[in-house]
Amino acid sequence: MKNQIEIKFKSLPENEAFARTCVAAFCLQFNPTLDEIGDIKTAVSEAVTNCVVHAYPNKVGEIVMLLRREQDKLHIVIKDNGVGIADIEQAMSPFYTTKPEEERSGMGFTVMDSFMDSLIVKHNGNKGLIVEMSKRIENKQAV
Amino acid sequence: MQVKTKLHNQALYVLLIGELDESCAPFVRNNLDNLFENEKRFNKVIMDLSQLEFMDSTGIGVMLGRYKKLQHRNIPIYIINPSKQAEKIFQMSGLYDIMPKIS
Ligand SMILES: Nc1ncnc2c1ncn2[C@@H]1O[C@H](COP(=O)(O)OP(=O)(O)OP(=O)(O)O)[C@@H](O)[C@H]1O
Ligand SMILES: [Mg+2]
Repeated sequence: MKNQIEIKFKSLPENEAFARTCVAAFCLQFNPTLDEIGDIKTAVSEAVTNCVVHAYPNKVGEIVMLLRREQDKLHIVIKDNGVGIADIEQAMSPFYTTKPEEERSGMGFTVMDSFMDSLIVKHNGNKGLIVEMSKRIENKQAV
Repeated sequence: MQVKTKLHNQALYVLLIGELDESCAPFVRNNLDNLFENEKRFNKVIMDLSQLEFMDSTGIGVMLGRYKKLQHRNIPIYIINPSKQAEKIFQMSGLYDIMPKIS
């Protein structure tokens, strides 16, 4: 079975909770456990927060979130048109942050990586970032 | 997000209620810093995370920041009753190494 939704929203802090609620609602069709929903909400929160904090530091920009179901697999794509990252590999390493003075821990990408099955980060053309994540959600239908 | 506190036997109990993310991090940060600044009669902080429904890496930064401030005063932080989600974040980030879980 295939299903897909795409939402565009402004890079405002209050939309972090909105994005989490949205993905949790989309996930219900997988019949997930609370743990799985928790993991997925956390990963989405990380990617969206990064857009709010890093991609658009002094302005409000647009974030696109795409959620896709392919059988038992959930695909999530989160895109921005912000400042982008020069060295993606360095940015993804644990504890690396460009904002230590704002008490950032540099653990966002590490959280996404460990809570999801796969994580791919790439340039969005020459403007901004694309974060792709996926997770298999086993069907636990009652027998 | 709500922060509730009480003082008992020189331990400052902090109860975090709700979802700790970037949108409320400044509130939690200021709230705790003011509390630690104004309340002088405690020698340890006990964070009750039973009602912390959500936290992400922004929360790791908030916790680390409070730890560093209290470390200057030799005041340790302990964690009790973490929610499942908070437990996962604490485990994977190594936060438990500096603010141990007690029961
Ligand atoms: N969407 C983005 N646009 C531009 N830069 C980004 C984006 N996402 C991440 N970055 C860069 O990658 C670095 C690492 O991101 P990561 O989420 O791992 O840590 P952080 O956001 O700095 O800290 P934390 O997530 O622990 O609060 C950031 O400091 C920032 O420089
Ligand atoms: Mg981050």
